[in-house]
Amino acid sequence: MADFSKTYDVLVIGGGNAALCAAISARKQGASVLVLEHAPRAFRGGNSRHTRNLRAMHTAPTSVLTESYGEDEYWEDLVRVTGGNTDETLARMTIRATAQVLPWMEACGVRFQPSLSGTLSLSRTNAFFLGGGKALLNAYYTTAERLGVEVLYDTEVVSLDLDDGLVRSVSVTSRGFPATVRAKAVVASSGGFQANIGWLKRYWGDAADNFIIRGTPYAKGRILENLLAQGVQQAGDPTQCHAVAIDARAPAFDGGIVTRLDCVPFSIVVNRDAQRFYDEGEDFWPKRYAIWGRLVAQQPGQIAYSIIDSKAAHLFMPSVFPPVTADSIAELAAKLGLDPAALERTVTDYNAAVQTGTFDTTRLDDCRTEGLTPPKTHWARTVDTAPFTAYPLRPGITFTYLGVKIDTQARVQMQDGRPAKNLFAAGEIMAGNILGRGYLAGFGMAIGTVFGRIAGKEAASYAHH
Amino acid sequence: MRTTEALEDARRAMEICNACRYCEGFCAVFPAMEQRRDFTNGDLSYLANLCHNCRGCYHACQYAPPHEFGINLPRSFAELRAETYEEYAWPQPVAKLLRRNGLVVSVVTALALAGVLLAAMLLRSPGLLYGVHTGPGAFYAVIPHDAMAVLGSVTFLYALLALAMGFANFWRDAGARDADPLRRRPLAQALSDILTLRHLGGEHGCNDRDETFSTVRRRFHHALFYGFFACFASTGVATLYHFLFGWEAPYGVFSLPVLLGTAGGLGMVVGTLGMLWLKLAGDQAPTARTLLGTDVAFLVLLCMTALTGLLLLAVRATGAMGMALAVHLGFVLSLFLLMPYSKFVHGVYRSAALLRYALENGAGRDSGH
Repeated sequence: MADFSKTYDVLVIGGGNAALCAAISARKQGASVLVLEHAPRAFRGGNSRHTRNLRAMHTAPTSVLTESYGEDEYWEDLVRVTGGNTDETLARMTIRATAQVLPWMEACGVRFQPSLSGTLSLSRTNAFFLGGGKALLNAYYTTAERLGVEVLYDTEVVSLDLDDGLVRSVSVTSRGFPATVRAKAVVASSGGFQANIGWLKRYWGDAADNFIIRGTPYAKGRILENLLAQGVQQAGDPTQCHAVAIDARAPAFDGGIVTRLDCVPFSIVVNRDAQRFYDEGEDFWPKRYAIWGRLVAQQPGQIAYSIIDSKAAHLFMPSVFPPVTADSIAELAAKLGLDPAALERTVTDYNAAVQTGTFDTTRLDDCRTEGLTPPKTHWARTVDTAPFTAYPLRPGITFTYLGVKIDTQARVQMQDGRPAKNLFAAGEIMAGNILGRGYLAGFGMAIGTVFGRIAGKEAASYAHH
Repeated sequence: MRTTEALEDARRAMEICNACRYCEGFCAVFPAMEQRRDFTNGDLSYLANLCHNCRGCYHACQYAPPHEFGINLPRSFAELRAETYEEYAWPQPVAKLLRRNGLVVSVVTALALAGVLLAAMLLRSPGLLYGVHTGPGAFYAVIPHDAMAVLGSVTFLYALLALAMGFANFWRDAGARDADPLRRRPLAQALSDILTLRHLGGEHGCNDRDETFSTVRRRFHHALFYGFFACFASTGVATLYHFLFGWEAPYGVFSLPVLLGTAGGLGMVVGTLGMLWLKLAGDQAPTARTLLGTDVAFLVLLCMTALTGLLLLAVRATGAMGMALAVHLGFVLSLFLLMPYSKFVHGVYRSAALLRYALENGAGRDSGH
């Protein structure tokens, strides 16, 4: 049981992947460690609970990774998705460190899938956790507790007493009761602010009311806001968030992976006015997946409908909610609450523009439209074979990019350019330093693991100096 | 399989799992699930019986309760399995014995015990029952060999018939209808999966008690399983001795039947007590509370059968032999009678599901841990 009268060597704020990596690393350095997790035990682990894999550099095949994935290729992938919006020093550091993290993770009880039989072909670049993120977290919590790390659930850190770059104490609400916790060093690993709709509204206006948060409802950004208000330097674009299009019927929070919809490239997507608004066949789905959240967010009412016919019904991963089905387009429109005449016109216009080609889901094929705005450039086939089905789409927010600036030792940087003395950051709260834009599967976990370990080690050595 | 609440619950869970698939790489249920988009009642029956109740998926599940999706596959499948046992039992009117099974097992056991004791007293004078008998044929001084052999073989053959009919019912409903179940490689693969409990732990183990991993449950199950078959082999050898060579029981301490029976009995005692301990000490959330009675009743029956057998061995040279023999035979009789209407049937349906899995996936393909 945690002792609030004691001064811990290292206090870890948050309970996700980065937090646990920090806690375990600090404890292995001999520090006394307290982890404060806002969520109750059943929902511990922040967004890491919904993750599945970690992108890892390797020069030769391993038991869980095929072929090789070198630093340069990894770096190029990162540059491509971020458009160069990254700190090269920190990014290359992260990439290189991922070459060593897998054995460390295994020593912490994390288990990996030997190879992936499913629909994702990422086993060259990404190591998949057996059972997913929650299984990974179970292993970390078990290891942390075995090592003597103390964990308090249902405990929210409300504010840090930051004085000239030195955290003197932190105020918490533990199981509803206020308390003060003292520690020689503090690791902030409390995630982004995507679950704070009020904060999202600053950039998105009322549209944010229609956003669905894919992950934990506990990522309110309270610590991030508190730190930025106390002169900590920010990193990342505050207006940016990773938004994908997910099933509109998903729960407001915590719906996770099952709410994703893979049908878009094989469909036409219309808005509330039954009008198409973007090229659904622009590129392969994983690549274009991330732009659709933003596209839907810009439509009236932040809603869209992906419409397919029976030819396409089995071309994508099963999704969790059943499609809306009808025998005619007009009937489908009525079920969706769209103007039947308008939807029929959209479908007719689209069908008329479809050119004959060779349909091939494995490459950018030559099935396209002609003379249609916007065009559908690949996988365009007529929507004409009943039954017709539709999935409603809404923006699903995965994470935000705004964070605190850090250096190579994971030390938080103050606005005056000096590093904070005893404050470190790891995970989503600092990922914006490295992933300034876009998304690279498994890279969030890579940053969290690498910087979690660094933050934990540095915090422990600061506490011991 | 009829559509029930448990079946609909399993269907809902499978649809969510199929959209998630984070558990692929766990047991055979997940690759089997991924081959489908829609789940017929027969599919769900198959998947429920393919589940070894290792709980790995429950502890890894981001949608486990209290999440609003409330996915608890071990519990859902356990509840559905119990219904399939009743669905496939033969003959159907007797299938209801699987409901409130704890009560049925205890009543049947009590009646079997009383029956054997009464019969022993009626067939022989009380003096013989309490007397000291040694040497070949000592047991038959208390209970006539013919009575023992007839009662044992009739009940056992009936159990075999009922179990075979259950297997046929399962195969018709949830098995691979158009595949030949006797193809050699799938059969060999299924047999190996059954004998090694490949899907219950592998090298890392399962979530026997909580979110940590262990292979304890598999070990206890092995002790029970192999113990049971050693006892069975002991009886078989003794039968051969009797009819082939005319050697009458009891046999010497170092004879094959006694060695097999002793080792098997000890295995069964250790296995059943271990399984009981895990049932009671483990996390209750991924279990179906309503099935605890069935499970405990059957484990206790097995344990008592083994214990009384060991006890008989210990006291067979004393005046307590007669009573010990009658009591042991009572438990054996009850076990035989209840085989098709107790937890024992899980072995039949799980084996059938593993065979279907092997047929479906092409034997030899490794989808284990």
